[in-house]
Amino acid sequence: MSFFQTARKLLQQNIREYGMYIALFVIMVYFTIMTEGTFISSRNIVNLVNQTGYIAVLAIGMTLVIIIRHIDLSVGFLAGFLGAIAAIAMADPKIVAAGMSLPIYIVIPMTLGLGIVAGLITAFLVAQMKIPSFVASLTGWLIYRGAILVVTESTGTIIITNDAFNAIGNGFIPDIPDIGILPGVHKLTLLLGLFAIVAMIFSEINERKNKQSYNFETLPIEMFVIKLIFISTIIGSITWILAGYQGLSWTAVVVLIVTLVYHFIMSQTVLGRHIYAIGGNPDAAELSGISVKRLIYIVFGSMGMLSALSGILFASRLQSATTTAGNLFELDAIAAAYVGGVSAAGGVGKVIGSIIGALVMTSLTSGMNLMGIGISYQYMVRGAVLAAAVIFDVATRNTGK
Amino acid sequence: MNIPLLEMRNITKEFPGVKALDNVSFQVAQGEIHCLVGENGAGKSTLMKVLSGVYPFGHYDGDILLSGESQRFRHISDSEKAGIAVIYQELALVPEMTVYENIFLGHEIKKNGLVDWNETIKLAGEMLQKVKLDINPELKVKDLGIGKQQLVEIAKALSKDVKLLILDEPTSSLNEKDSENLLQLLRDLKLQGVTSIMISHKLKEVISIADTITVLRDGKTICTLSAANGEVSENVLIKNMVGREINNIYPPKKHTPSKEVVLEVKNWNARNTALGRDILKDVNITVNRGEIVGLAGLIGSGRTELALSIFGNPGKYQIQGELYVQGEKRNFSHPEEAIRAGLSYVSEDRKGNGLILIQDVKQNITLANLKELTARFVVDSNAEIQVANKYKADLSIKTPTVEQKVSNLSGGNQQKVSLGKWLFAKPNVLILDEPTRGIDVGAKYEIYTIMRDLVQKGMSIIMISSELPEVLGMSDRIYIVASGKIAGELSAQEATQEKIMHLATN
Repeated sequence: MSFFQTARKLLQQNIREYGMYIALFVIMVYFTIMTEGTFISSRNIVNLVNQTGYIAVLAIGMTLVIIIRHIDLSVGFLAGFLGAIAAIAMADPKIVAAGMSLPIYIVIPMTLGLGIVAGLITAFLVAQMKIPSFVASLTGWLIYRGAILVVTESTGTIIITNDAFNAIGNGFIPDIPDIGILPGVHKLTLLLGLFAIVAMIFSEINERKNKQSYNFETLPIEMFVIKLIFISTIIGSITWILAGYQGLSWTAVVVLIVTLVYHFIMSQTVLGRHIYAIGGNPDAAELSGISVKRLIYIVFGSMGMLSALSGILFASRLQSATTTAGNLFELDAIAAAYVGGVSAAGGVGKVIGSIIGALVMTSLTSGMNLMGIGISYQYMVRGAVLAAAVIFDVATRNTGK
Repeated sequence: MNIPLLEMRNITKEFPGVKALDNVSFQVAQGEIHCLVGENGAGKSTLMKVLSGVYPFGHYDGDILLSGESQRFRHISDSEKAGIAVIYQELALVPEMTVYENIFLGHEIKKNGLVDWNETIKLAGEMLQKVKLDINPELKVKDLGIGKQQLVEIAKALSKDVKLLILDEPTSSLNEKDSENLLQLLRDLKLQGVTSIMISHKLKEVISIADTITVLRDGKTICTLSAANGEVSENVLIKNMVGREINNIYPPKKHTPSKEVVLEVKNWNARNTALGRDILKDVNITVNRGEIVGLAGLIGSGRTELALSIFGNPGKYQIQGELYVQGEKRNFSHPEEAIRAGLSYVSEDRKGNGLILIQDVKQNITLANLKELTARFVVDSNAEIQVANKYKADLSIKTPTVEQKVSNLSGGNQQKVSLGKWLFAKPNVLILDEPTRGIDVGAKYEIYTIMRDLVQKGMSIIMISSELPEVLGMSDRIYIVASGKIAGELSAQEATQEKIMHLATN
């Protein structure tokens, strides 16, 4: 088989998976041209990543929820509510006056813990009471919306003054001391990027050797090299762009860690395999010895925790908790998951895909903002992109392997 | 000579790989009750589906004539217009709707384009009188017992001016009193000029009610008997139903099972609380090491429920009784525990609850025993491929790679994947529920050979099967299940198709 035939076959087999990467690439190139380069500037890309953060973590949790054929509408206001709780714990004047203000290393785990509890309550309604998740989480949507209003009623917006907390949404990782080379470039970010490339190449080669030792099929060597060069280039250019401004933001670090952990769980562990199995056929999974109930608790619990994380990221970015925090987050997260290739029928979807989906949606907003397109048209364009993504999903469901 | 009400001429219907109906001819005279009997899979239901337009004209060969006129039904509504109504085993009523809404569902009484509810209720009352059901038509269907629901179905059929009423196993889920009522109603309707076709496994009923009986076997008409005076005996029917020679399609037995009991069920009762029905009553069975135990019986007799109630009870039945696995008393609350105790259950419904069709062969094979491939939380994907390749070779699963989606495989190969999955769970007792349903003869032989090899290695197999030749050809011992009870136990030597049929149809 010639080189091009192999490439074509690979593309055809994996069109579902590559589709959204191609979409993201096309969108980015389009906006870069239309904004004469402003879109791809370091400053804008850093902003874009930070804006994506709080939706991206929700989209990761929502990916799991949709894979097991459920939905969680409560996550937006839950995020807003828990952000407000965190803000109050650190900054409420009465609490501060009483000397009971909690330090950040207690506030964050506490908020995440509350998120897990909230998720488990939804899971209880779904798994134990057999209430459809749409309704169960709609009750949460209403309750948490009310709860935000209750806690912010007296003060309105709660200003957060804790610098460490605010750095999560606005700060950047420190740089190594200036040693005279590459002035104006964030050197630690570059080093981390370089490290990521080396680690990626090392692990890919290792994996390939492992497969060969079993005599399993691997990519032809030239395709393999091209793949490595391609991924290295992408990591390299992103790193270079980020390093040109202030380097890697803490938000990006948080999202990267969450993504890697969830990607690992979903692709490598028994838990992940069981989650996909339940989504693929709950009856068969149950008969195969998998407790569907238990996994509903785990998936909704994780969703609650990520909602709390989203709330922390958002409150920290705004340096305050507001009455409208979390509004429509759930729909952005669901849209990101669908755009990222999660199947509405359940059982199919990838964490990385949803991150790409979230990036697609934020890129659209960011790009259209730069082009000066009004908010009304922005909504319509995003709606059209979502429709296109779902149509693509249905149309390619039965192709490939 | 009178023209028959219905004549079906030379009907042939093929499914991929199977000839379900082979040149069947069938006549029903005006005003008679005609019973259609045959084993599971003989083609009775398929024939009725051809008649009612479920399989539209063009999807079968042959002719259908109603009162001498050729018919081409493209849809169920066409056959309904011609006066044919079918009442299926699973009732087609909407539980949340009232009786009168159900009776006129799909052909509502309209006045000025709106539904005339008063007229509907009045007419519904008349229809209920015809079927001698004395209930308020404003009740919801879900509040009626199954016997009354059946009568509502018949009232619905009558409301459409039915000429030919077809009943598919109408008494299979009824108790004796309700069954007798239903049969009496059919006799009354006959006097009013309604012709009926009844499919039934209960031969006593058939003999008591039929004017004519047609026997189908393997998709062919075997004989049509006049039975107006009850002169047809059960024995004659059974002989005709099962009369085929058992060809040499079963691999020979290689060993004798040991006397060691590996699984025992004692005084086992199960109740489906959702339906409010007892599904198993005082069941006692034992399974020895290296033995193939056949569970014979009719569809709906409780065989699958028995298997599932042992296998961790996923249906959440209310269970009383004792279960011993390898001498130890067990009380499984989830299939997971049953699997860990060495049980495997290969489902009768591959697509429904057996396999995950959107996943590939290897993921399906390893699903029930992923732990074995896991070290420090990580599933070893290379070892997984090796395992899958091993079963691909052992069971000769025909697939280009183990990364093929299961939905792309043929039925026989899907069944082998299902089998591979449950063998990888390393069971001591393997429960096979209809292991050869819907697969071709070649694949059947392969599965039989695998079963023989497994018991020789010391595994025990419980085989649920509706195919009597298969039960006789493969089992060392046979339990016959009827209406949730063990109706009898036969050794391989003493069992015959006739004996099994007698026990199963009583």
